Amino acid sequence: MTRQTKQSPRPLHRPRVLIAKIGLDGHDRGVKIVARALRDAGVEVIYMGLHNTPEEIVQSAVQEDVDAIGLSILSAAHRTLFKEVMRLLKKQRADDIAVFGGGVIPNEDIPGLKRLGVRAVFTPGTPMEAIVMFVKEGLKSKG
Amino acid sequence: MSFPVRQIRNGDFRTAAKLITAIERGDPSAVPILKALTPYTGRAQVIGITGPVGAGKSSLINDLTTGYRRLRRHVGILAVDPTSPVTGGAILGDRIRMRDHLTDPGVFIRSLAARGAPGGLPVLVLAEALHVLDALGMDVIFIETIGIGQDQTAVASIARTTAVVVNPTLGDEVQLLKAGFMEIADIFVVNKADLPGADRMALQLADLSDAVNPVPVFKTSSLKHEGLDELIKGLSDIGKRTRR
Repeated sequence: MTRQTKQSPRPLHRPRVLIAKIGLDGHDRGVKIVARALRDAGVEVIYMGLHNTPEEIVQSAVQEDVDAIGLSILSAAHRTLFKEVMRLLKKQRADDIAVFGGGVIPNEDIPGLKRLGVRAVFTPGTPMEAIVMFVKEGLKSKG
Repeated sequence: MSFPVRQIRNGDFRTAAKLITAIERGDPSAVPILKALTPYTGRAQVIGITGPVGAGKSSLINDLTTGYRRLRRHVGILAVDPTSPVTGGAILGDRIRMRDHLTDPGVFIRSLAARGAPGGLPVLVLAEALHVLDALGMDVIFIETIGIGQDQTAVASIARTTAVVVNPTLGDEVQLLKAGFMEIADIFVVNKADLPGADRMALQLADLSDAVNPVPVFKTSSLKHEGLDELIKGLSDIGKRTRR
């Protein structure tokens, strides 16, 4: 079997990031803009669209072997839903996958989310560059 | 038996997914694992699903997967979407159409970016990923190509059965006469058959095939969930008699 290595001498890895809306909220304008910005920054974005459950997100992240999961939520259910995502990732032994979030999330809830293991939370007004930098640079330490 | 091989033989999705990443990276550590998996391969029915942009390939695979799961088959899906020629990034969006199977332990879905492969089909990566899913115990494996133009035919070199999916609005008979992807079909699917013109398109496609090697034509509608049982039967019949 011919190996890819013959064509590309150095191992190539583009960051793979799963981007999804979680829960019942139907506002996907922002998440689409984030997906597009990451694409334009050279990231492979697995885009899952609206109305995903924590189970669907975690199973997809495992099969897609992503470096990170980015979840958008504007429905105020972030504490419950992020907690469930983190629990399922641990259960699947996939908690090396970085999780970040964005949307309408009150500042006072952010420390709680970080304690759950959420790596970053981007609230309205975040420059797109900050999200791109997080994905391109912040994930490198993970190896 | 090495650890990853045992894990894959036990149906562990995470190990299989990581191995596919290693294959994509061209990581030499994948080679001995792939070799060790070889004895457990060769069972899966590999079906290429190709056709123009928006023909409904992902939705059709979603529906076919429902059908195969009813028959208790395990289903693997390798879905390719294009890589940006400008930035190298990609939006891999086929999962959105495959919602019915995201948490089914009998279905493994992997999205792959074309990464500049000729014709948009990373044939070597796909061949090795097929190997992994075969060893993982997937009975039926779909390869979904990017939305193709007229001359992209590479999927026929790795799939045992190639289904060409078109819509009733593809064009007139002259479009069907042109050389290219219409020639690699083992089976034709007129998807979105709820739209006007489906019967006419099916007849025109049937006229294309000669008496010696007839290419069966099926009409399906993902919207109405119609024609799928017939298509699954057709794929199974053709799987028994096609090459390789």
